[in-house]
Amino acid sequence: MKLQRNGRTKALAIGAMALVGSLSLAACGSDNNNSSTSDPKASGSAGASAAQIACAGKGQLLAAGSTAQSNAIDVWKAAYGSACSGTTITYGGGGSGAGVQQFNQGKVSFAGSDSPLKPAEVDASKAVCKTGQGIDLPMVGGLISIVYNVDGVDNLVLDGPTLAKIFDSQITKWNAPEIAKLNPGVNLPDADIQAFHRSDDSGTTDNLTKYLSKAGGGAWSYPSGKTWAGKGGQSANGSAGLAAQVKQVKNSISYVELSYAQTNSLKSASINTGASKPVAATAENAANTFAKAKVAGTGSDLALELDYATKDEGSYPLVLVTYEIVCDKGNKADTLDAVKSFLTYTISDAGQQAIGSKGYVPLPKELVSKVQQVVPTLA
Amino acid sequence: MTSSPPATSAGRDRRPRRDSRVGDKIFFNLSRGSGILLLVIMAAIAGFLAYRSGLALSKDEGNFLTTFEWTPDAPKPVFGIAVLAFGTVISALVAMAIAVPVAIGVALFISHYAPRRIAQPFAYLVDLLAAVPSIVYGLWGALYLVPHINGLTAWMDQYLGWTYVFKTTMPGATPRNLFTVGILLAIMVLPIITAVTREVFRQVPRMHEEAALALGATRWEMIRTAVLPFGRPGIISASMLGLGRALGETIAVATVLSANNVLSLHILDPGGGTFAQNIALKFGEALPFGRDALMASGLVLFVITLLVNGAARLIIARRKEYSA
Repeated sequence: MKLQRNGRTKALAIGAMALVGSLSLAACGSDNNNSSTSDPKASGSAGASAAQIACAGKGQLLAAGSTAQSNAIDVWKAAYGSACSGTTITYGGGGSGAGVQQFNQGKVSFAGSDSPLKPAEVDASKAVCKTGQGIDLPMVGGLISIVYNVDGVDNLVLDGPTLAKIFDSQITKWNAPEIAKLNPGVNLPDADIQAFHRSDDSGTTDNLTKYLSKAGGGAWSYPSGKTWAGKGGQSANGSAGLAAQVKQVKNSISYVELSYAQTNSLKSASINTGASKPVAATAENAANTFAKAKVAGTGSDLALELDYATKDEGSYPLVLVTYEIVCDKGNKADTLDAVKSFLTYTISDAGQQAIGSKGYVPLPKELVSKVQQVVPTLA
Repeated sequence: MTSSPPATSAGRDRRPRRDSRVGDKIFFNLSRGSGILLLVIMAAIAGFLAYRSGLALSKDEGNFLTTFEWTPDAPKPVFGIAVLAFGTVISALVAMAIAVPVAIGVALFISHYAPRRIAQPFAYLVDLLAAVPSIVYGLWGALYLVPHINGLTAWMDQYLGWTYVFKTTMPGATPRNLFTVGILLAIMVLPIITAVTREVFRQVPRMHEEAALALGATRWEMIRTAVLPFGRPGIISASMLGLGRALGETIAVATVLSANNVLSLHILDPGGGTFAQNIALKFGEALPFGRDALMASGLVLFVITLLVNGAARLIIARRKEYSA
């Protein structure tokens, strides 16, 4: 058997290599296209922003962390790379935890993170930053859509306590009185709710559960966290997995980032926050919430305190912001210029608008100007 | 060839002999070195896993063996392997229950029933199943198998629900459960088990088979009396090989299973988890302590796999005495 297999596995290996080779060639090809001419949209935005990118520094810029912002980084990387050919940016995903860990070990020049540095992590960062410490710069805004798949219901309205009960299996029917009260005149089916949550640990889950514990009116009895704690329900891996389930399964409900709701054309629920009318899950409404967020960090640290229980008109409460983590002082000398140049671009209007079309939320002007004041002071 | 004394004495005068002795020495040392290196690597892996697990276990506020939750990075770290061990074993058992009979059937067909012209390409086809990457199985399972298996699970719920095991308690839920995972794993381990049993069946002494036929046995009786008893140790070791893969399968399970921390004997309800799936899903966002905890669960899987392999060797060793 072994002898027979040998020849065959060799042939398979050659076939596989050929396949991989052609795939990676194709990938290179499409990359090139994006930055040159064949895709009008991409080339338009890259061309427009290229004029505003001030290149500085040379060589390789390493970064790692949150996967929630990796699509945004990809967009920026393409635009920045086409303008500044001297700098190569490598962003390894792998999660916020891994990113912060690598930052504090001095392996990467900046890290992407779903949550601001904890005090212990700030202390640890002093070893790497030497003359300074790690700070959080809000960079990529996003929102969490409550997506659902119920026939005949197009404008579902929910609120914090109801969401908490749905995701904790305390409400199990779509025509439960709590839901019916929020949706007068809507014909809700007498069907079981299929609630889906993330099976992997995720910053999205963290933000949702923060919202549920702040705005759930006591219905969410668990601490917030990246690991799902609620009772019952079903799970899937990643936002893509959740979106696929909601699409497939009737009477389902789940939570995904805006881009997944858009690309899978799923229906998103509006949130009754206590404002005069329910707030829809749109980028504008999320930007309103960011605009009113308080800066919780001190000095040049711009960690935000989001108001999940906001009742302001047109403020969508289920938002998330991811940070870039850098040293305020004591960044690595050989990459400092490149970091400053790249972050100057990402927080510019052009940079923020470029990710807006990818399902992210461009940060509002007030917040942008705060970050823009910090970036040039990095040393 | 040079076993008789005159031949060796004659050989002693020849020069090339000495060269080959040097070669022997080098080869001997190289192979001994490889053996030692392997042992060192194994010891290093085991030591590393045990050390990191020790770090995590000393701070676990729950019982590592009986706790259902997996929240090592919470302020109060609580994590346990109960659900993971249960899910791993159950899904692997379902896979074995489906794959072993089918694999024996396929192997018998190839070795004893199919005409030679069909047998060879057919065997290739089965082997090709092993060449499909597991993520492809996972995607196929999630996008095709799960939406299409509803009929089967509904049927099982209706007619076999009285067994408790096949009762569904979550109406309308998708069948992303341990049973579906078991079916997927069965397909994945099928080629391994088939390939090994097929070769064993081919080695059944022709004399045994012909003797059985000469005594008037039909083909089925010949297989029952001559082929299967001879092949039993091979079937067992093939199954264990497959079981090893089923226990450790990661990404296909992570794609298909609706994981949670509930231990339920209703294997048609979505839920449960396996060691490898849990590690794959939790590793990315885990903090250093959470990673240690995951390594502890990896150590348990390592031990379970060792036990399974050891048990298989024991069974085979005992059977050998009988069949000799």
